[in-house]
Amino acid sequence: MGRYVVRRLLQMIPVFVGATLLIFLMVNVMGDPVAGLCGERACDPATAAQLKKEFGLDKPLWQQYLTYMGNVFTGDFGTAFNGQPVTELMGSAFPVTIRLTIVAVLFEIVIGITLGVLTGLRRGRPVDTGVLLATLVVISVPTFVTGLLLQLLLGIRWGWIRPSVRTGSFDELIVPGLVLASVSLAYVTRLTRTSIAENRRSDYVRTAVAKGLPHRRVVTRHLLRNSLIPVVTFIGTDIGALMGGAIVTERIFNIHGVGYQLYQGILRQNTQTVVGFVTVLVLVFLVANLLVDLLYAVLDPRIRYA
Amino acid sequence: MPEQPPYEPERAIAGTGMGGAMDLGASEAAGLEKAPGGPDGTGPRDKARSLWSDAWRDLRRNPVFLASALVILFLVFVSLWPSAIASGSPLSCDLAKAQDGSGPGAPFGYDGQGCNVYTRTVYGARTSVTVGVCATLGVALFGSVLGALAGYFGGVWDSVLSRLTDVFFAIPVVLGGLVLLSVVTSNTVWPVIGFMVLLGWPQLSRIARGSVITAKHHDYVQAARALGASDSRILLRHIAPNAVAPVIVVATIALGTYIALEATLSYLGVGLKPPSVSWGIDISAASPYIRNAPHALLWPSGALAVTVLAFIMLGDAVRDALDPKLR
Amino acid sequence: MRGMTPVRWSAAAAALALLPTACGSSAGNGGAVVSSSWGDPQNPLEPANTNEVQGGKVLDMVFRGLKKYDPRTGEARNWLAESIETTDSRNFTIKVKDGWRFSNGERVTARSFVDAWNYGASLKHHQKNAYFFGYIDGYDKTHPDSGTQRADTLSGLRLVDDHTFTVRLNQKFSGFPDTLGYAAFAPLPRLFFTDHAAWLDKPVGNGPYAIASYTKGAQMYLKRWDGYPGPDKARNEGVTLMVYTDSNTAYTDLLAGNLDLVDDVPAAQLKNVEGDLGDRYINTPAGIIQTLAFPYYDKAWNKPGSAKVRTGLSMAINRAQITRTIFRGTRTPATDWTSPVLGADGGFKAGLCGSACDYDPRRAKELVKEGGGIPGGQVKITYNADTGSHKEWVDAVCNSINNALGDDKACVGNPVGTFADFRNQIGQHRMSGPFRAGWQMDYPLIQNFLQPLYYTGASSNDGQWSDKSFDRLVNQANAETDTAKAVTAFQKAEEAVRDAMAAIPLWYQNGSAGYSDRLSHVALNPFSVPVYNEIKVG
Repeated sequence: MGRYVVRRLLQMIPVFVGATLLIFLMVNVMGDPVAGLCGERACDPATAAQLKKEFGLDKPLWQQYLTYMGNVFTGDFGTAFNGQPVTELMGSAFPVTIRLTIVAVLFEIVIGITLGVLTGLRRGRPVDTGVLLATLVVISVPTFVTGLLLQLLLGIRWGWIRPSVRTGSFDELIVPGLVLASVSLAYVTRLTRTSIAENRRSDYVRTAVAKGLPHRRVVTRHLLRNSLIPVVTFIGTDIGALMGGAIVTERIFNIHGVGYQLYQGILRQNTQTVVGFVTVLVLVFLVANLLVDLLYAVLDPRIRYA
Repeated sequence: MPEQPPYEPERAIAGTGMGGAMDLGASEAAGLEKAPGGPDGTGPRDKARSLWSDAWRDLRRNPVFLASALVILFLVFVSLWPSAIASGSPLSCDLAKAQDGSGPGAPFGYDGQGCNVYTRTVYGARTSVTVGVCATLGVALFGSVLGALAGYFGGVWDSVLSRLTDVFFAIPVVLGGLVLLSVVTSNTVWPVIGFMVLLGWPQLSRIARGSVITAKHHDYVQAARALGASDSRILLRHIAPNAVAPVIVVATIALGTYIALEATLSYLGVGLKPPSVSWGIDISAASPYIRNAPHALLWPSGALAVTVLAFIMLGDAVRDALDPKLR
Repeated sequence: MRGMTPVRWSAAAAALALLPTACGSSAGNGGAVVSSSWGDPQNPLEPANTNEVQGGKVLDMVFRGLKKYDPRTGEARNWLAESIETTDSRNFTIKVKDGWRFSNGERVTARSFVDAWNYGASLKHHQKNAYFFGYIDGYDKTHPDSGTQRADTLSGLRLVDDHTFTVRLNQKFSGFPDTLGYAAFAPLPRLFFTDHAAWLDKPVGNGPYAIASYTKGAQMYLKRWDGYPGPDKARNEGVTLMVYTDSNTAYTDLLAGNLDLVDDVPAAQLKNVEGDLGDRYINTPAGIIQTLAFPYYDKAWNKPGSAKVRTGLSMAINRAQITRTIFRGTRTPATDWTSPVLGADGGFKAGLCGSACDYDPRRAKELVKEGGGIPGGQVKITYNADTGSHKEWVDAVCNSINNALGDDKACVGNPVGTFADFRNQIGQHRMSGPFRAGWQMDYPLIQNFLQPLYYTGASSNDGQWSDKSFDRLVNQANAETDTAKAVTAFQKAEEAVRDAMAAIPLWYQNGSAGYSDRLSHVALNPFSVPVYNEIKVG
C-alpha cells in the first residue's frame, strides 16, 4: 500500500509539470496582457515596457515558466495586475468554492444515489422511466439556462432565495450548488442505476438472498457496496471538475470563488492569476484521483495494492 | 466467484480520472470493459458478428431506439435541406419586429434583433449537428487510436500516453475553452471543434485503453498470437471489433454534451461567431431577455434539448443492446 | 455509503483549514448606509493609475482636487484652488486654499500636489495616466518614450510656498486649468510615499468619505468623514460598494431588495425598468460618445472614394430605431463628434454632422457604390464580447446596413473574446474594418473629444487618421486664450472630421441608474458616476 502511494505520487510529478506547462502556454497564446490595461486607449510604449518588466513578461517564455514554478514552490504565486498577491485571491476564493463544491457533492450523493438505487431496483417500472426521463432532460439543458431560470423564478418571481450570493455561507449556496451539481447529479443517478441493475443478478447477491438475509441488509451491505465503485470513481474525479467548472454558476449567482477569479483572470489576461489557480486545481484533481483509487480497496476487497 | 485477473494498479487508474462534464457517461460504460468476450473460445469474427447482430435485433424492437433514431434522421434532413421547411434567410432581420410574438411566417415569433426565431432555429440545426458529429468523430478517432496503442503495447508507451492523458484531463474544459477560443478570429466551426477534440480525447482514450487491455487477455487473442499473427493484424482484426463497443456508446452520449458545450461557450462569449447561425448563439443572445421574450430562448433551447436527448437515448439503447449482462 | 466518508471529510478538512483566511468582514449595512453595485477595479487605486470608471468611483468619493466638475452642469469650479492665474496660457500660478486636510489629519499643501504629480509623471512608477502630465515642461525627461528616465521631477513644477506653486507647460494650452478636476491631479498625503503598501491597502485621501474597510474583489465600505472641510459633505453615513460580475445579477439584487443602487442598468432589463422601478430610475446624459473607427493603415479603407463609402455606411445606420429598440432611450442618436454635456457654449453643436448622420438607405446604397463598394465585399465590425452589451448593437447596426444595402452578408459582427485582446489587436494595427470606439471624456472640454482621437499620432487615434488641416486647426484652437474663440476653432476642426467621415458617430451615451425606495436625491454626474455624497437614505 505504502509503496503504491509513493509510486502514484511520483507519477503525479510529470502530470503536474505537463498540465501547468500546458496552461502556461495556453494563457500566453492569448497575447499581450499589458494591452488591455490602459482602458480604451493604447498604453504609451514606455509605460507598457515598464509594466512588462515589472511582471517579468519581457523574458523568454521558458524562462518565465521556470521562474514561475520556482516561485510557486516557495509559496509565491505572483501578483495580479491590481497589485494583489495571487495567494490572497486564493485565500478568499477557495473557501467559497470549496463550500459550493461540498454542497454540490452532497446533492450528488444524497439525491443521486438514492434515486439510482430506487430506479435500479425497479428497472422498467414507471418510477424508473420517470426518473430516467427527468435526468435526461437535466442533462440536455445547458447549465446556464437552468441557472438563469431558477434565479428568475426562485429569486425574483417567488422571492424564496436571494438572487445573488453575498457572504458565501452554506445556506446561500444551496440553489447554486444544486445548479452546479445538476448535470453530475443526473449522471450519478444513471450510473448507480446501471451498476445496481447489473450487480443485482450476480452470484453473491443471489447467495445472500438464498441465505435468507433481510432485503434491506442485502441491498445496503452487499449490493450497494459493490455497485458504488464506479459511482465513487465518478464523484471523486468530479470534485476537481466541479471546482474548475463553476465558472458559469459562479457568474450567474455572483459568487466570488475560483470560477469568478479564473474568469476575471482570463478577461484581463492575467497570467499569474489563471496559472496559479489552475495549478492548485490540477493538484486537487490529482489528489482526488489518488484518493479514489485508494477507496477502491476499501469498497472492493478483491483489490489489493502492492 | 469467477476467476479474476489480479488487479494491477495501472488498471485502477484506467477507471478513474473521469472528471468534467464532457466525459460523463464514461464510467457508465466502465462496466463494459469486462463484458465482451467469453470463455467459449469461438473465433473473434464469429463472436463479433453475433454480438452485433444480437444487438441489432434488440434495437429494432426497442421503441426508445426507434424514436431517437427518427429524431436524428429528421435532424440530419433539416441540416442538409433547411430551406425545405423554412422560408427566408436566417440572417434577414428587421429591428422593427424585435421581440414580437408569432406572426405570419414566424410561428415562433421574433428575437431581440427582429430575426425570425423559427427560421433561425431550423438553420441552426446544421451548425449544431456539425459541431456535435465532427467533434465526436475527432475525439473518437484520436482518442481510441492513442488509447488502443497504449493498452496494447503497454510498458513505456502506456506510461507516457497515460500521463499525457492525465495532463489534458487535468485542465477544466470550460476554462480551456475560454482561454483557447478567446483568441480565435475565424468565424467557422473548426476552431470550436478543434478545441473539443483537443480537450475531449482523453475521455475516449481511457475507455479504449481499458477495453483493449481486457480484450488482450482473452484466449482468442493469445491463440492468434501463438499462430504468429502480426501486432497490427491482432489489433485490427481481433481486438478492435471486441473493444469498439464501449467507445461507440460513450461517443454517442458525448455527442450530445458537445452540442450543449457549444451553447455554454457562446454564453461565455467565446463560441461560434456570426454570421454562423447556431442554437448556442441564439440561446446565449436570448438568455438576458428571459423576462421579456421567453419564446426567443425557449425554441432554440428546446431544439437543443431534444437533439441532445435523442443522441443520449440512442447511446443508452445501444449500450443496453451491447451489454450481455443486461439482457 | 461508508466509502464516501474519507473523501468528504478530507474536503471538509481542507475547507476548514482555509477558513481563517476567508474574508468575512461584513461592512455596516442598513442604517443610513447606501449599498451600491461595483466592479473590481482593474488597477491599484492610485489616482494617476486609475483609468476606468469603477476605480474612478472610489477616487471620486475619497479625493477632491484643485477643481471639481459640477455634478449637473459639468462646469469646472475651483475647489481646493484659491486661484489659477495665467497671462500667456503657458505659465500658471496656482494658489491652494488653506484649511484642507487629509482624513488622517495631515494638511493639504502645495507640496501635496507637486509630489503627487511628480510621482504620476515618473516612468518608474508606470502610472497609466502619466500622459495627463504630458503638457507639463520636463515630461520628456521623467517619462521618455524609450529608455530610462533622466529626471525624477518635472522641471515645469515649482513650489513657491506652502500654498503656492507654478506650472510651466511645454505648449500653449488655454484649457489646462479645466483639466485639473481629473482624478490624476489629486493631492496625495505623505503616507502614500512613506508607506506605499499600507496606503494601497486602505487609501487615504481628502474627500468627503474615508475608506473604512476594503476586501479586495468583494466589497469596500466607505464611511462618511465627519471632519471633511468642504461644502459637499456626505448626506448619508456611508457607502458600501459591492462587486458584481454581471450587471444583470446586480439588477436582480436591486429588485429583490438586497441592493440600494445599480448604476449600470443592463440593456436587457431596460424594457422592464419602468414597471420594476417606476420613478426610481434615472437616465441622464453623460460625456460618452460611441463611434465606429476605421483602420487608415489599411489601404483598402484609405483610398480615394473611401470617404464616400464611410459616409454611405453612416447613412445606412438607422440610429433612431436602434437607440429606441435596443437601448430604450439610454442613447441618443449622435449628430456631431462631441457630447451634449459640453453644452452649446462648451462646443457641442447638434446637427454638425448634417445629412451624413441621417438614415437614408437609398442614398447610402448610392454612396457606397460611388465610392467603389465595400472593401472585400463585407464590413466586419470588430468589438469585444466580454463587457457591455456590444453584441446587441453591433448586430443591430449590421442588420440595418444589410437591409439598406440589400445584402444579407454586407456587414457582420466580429466579436473578440476579451477586451485585452481587442486592445491588443487594435494596438498592433490588425483591424481589417471598422471597430468599436467608445470615448468617455476625461474632462468636459471639446478638446478632449477631438485631439486625443483624431490628431496625428495622438494617444487614442487608434485608426491612425491623419489630416493636416485638422492638426493645424487644433493647434490654433489650443493657442487661443479666449475660451469662446477656442471653442469655435475646435468646431472648425470638427468639420474636417466630418468631411472625411474619419469616424462614424453613432450615439451619445446616457448614464442610467436604478435605486431602491430607501434612497432619494440620487443623480449621476456627467461622467455617469453616481453623486454619492448627495444621496439621502430613508
